Amino acid sequence: MKSVFLILLLLGSSACTQVEPWVKPYERANLADPVMLFERDPISDSYMHHVREAREGARGAAGSAGGGCGCN
Amino acid sequence: MFKRGLTLLLLLPAIVQAAVLPEDRVDLLYHSYDGQDVEVNGPSFLVRKSLSPNVSLTANYYVDNITSASIDVVTQGSKYTENRREGGIGADFLYEDTTFTVGISNSEENDYSATTSWFGLTQEFFGGLSTLSLGYGRGSDEVRRNDDPDFEPQDVDRRSYRLGFTQVLSKNAVMGASWETISDEGYLNNPYRGYRFLTNTGAGFAFSDEEIYPGTRTSNAASVRGRYFLAPDASVHAEYRYFSDDWDIRAHNIEFGYTRRWGERWLGEVGYRYYTQTGSDFFSNVFAFENAQNFMGRDKEYSPFDNHTLRFGASYQFLPDGWWRLNSGTINLNYDFIRFSYDEYTDNTNTTDASQIPNEKLLEYDAHVLRLFISIWF
Repeated sequence: MKSVFLILLLLGSSACTQVEPWVKPYERANLADPVMLFERDPISDSYMHHVREAREGARGAAGSAGGGCGCN
Repeated sequence: MFKRGLTLLLLLPAIVQAAVLPEDRVDLLYHSYDGQDVEVNGPSFLVRKSLSPNVSLTANYYVDNITSASIDVVTQGSKYTENRREGGIGADFLYEDTTFTVGISNSEENDYSATTSWFGLTQEFFGGLSTLSLGYGRGSDEVRRNDDPDFEPQDVDRRSYRLGFTQVLSKNAVMGASWETISDEGYLNNPYRGYRFLTNTGAGFAFSDEEIYPGTRTSNAASVRGRYFLAPDASVHAEYRYFSDDWDIRAHNIEFGYTRRWGERWLGEVGYRYYTQTGSDFFSNVFAFENAQNFMGRDKEYSPFDNHTLRFGASYQFLPDGWWRLNSGTINLNYDFIRFSYDEYTDNTNTTDASQIPNEKLLEYDAHVLRLFISIWF
């Protein structure tokens, strides 16, 4: 319970003090390169998910959460 | 899990740099799968168009033309052809660093209908370096059987809960992690398949009219993935996923890949994926007698097996400077070679007598998966 309170305190305090992005906007060229995209081609990726789910017992947690390059 | 993620999300401070919606684009794809006497091909179409900087709509249409003479089909039925058509629409709404997504899709076959709707929420924070996403999906399926007019249509209810996180680690590295829980309830059998069992104290064998599956299934999957930039124009990536469900299936898959640009127009990719799973606790290649246990099935998808995939991809950019209302486009060709090797499921195509069962060979086959598509940004 104490640790939960500390985490909440830290998160709360960080809301008041701006966290500096540790990768500056001018340092994100490599992250924005097409070779760095998790899902560059959504139509092809969703097809491959379909092929696998039809033939494998496992399912779910395929693909990325989206975003994340910080390049906007 | 959903509640805890939402609480965490509300506590996280959103700062600087607003998020943006994906670019307007249209994709037209031809797909082809060829493996173990199953051929599936057809077109797919996906369009994304923004109405304003804060609203973007998507629509997709997908067709599977299926010709199947797979081992399950020829040993328990006859070769068939059919098609599946799927259409869906969705919308993304952006508010500051938060994107809300809603959508619905419908899939129709002559013996199966499925409607799925979903809601998602994506939040960027720490200047866009971190992304948290939550998703919920709900599906309602109806299962029918073409060759049996007395078969009453059966329902399946599906729910999925998803949590994802993507993190920029450095100016050259990004990683992501996902968790997804899926639960199904209803008629989960394949209505055309039966289980195999020995008769006359082992002298003969037969197939049951239907498999007997549990009425529920709950699964959990967790995955991590990462990409690292190799200067000046390449990247490597890796992914791992662990899966388990209450049918006693455990699965692992791991993937590695290398992507590289040549000049401004060409992009190539090679990759390798390994997948392995244990079988469900009600799978058996042949049961000792009829009604040997409560649940029984002989689906190779739920048997223990592994597969290896080699992937090759190439992409060429045209109209790099745009034309008319088009910003740019790519033409792409992706090919996957997959080798499936089953640990218990055997090839029973020519088996006519129970004495031949011990000599059946374990099933192994290769599949070829092709995607040819054009993407245009506008």
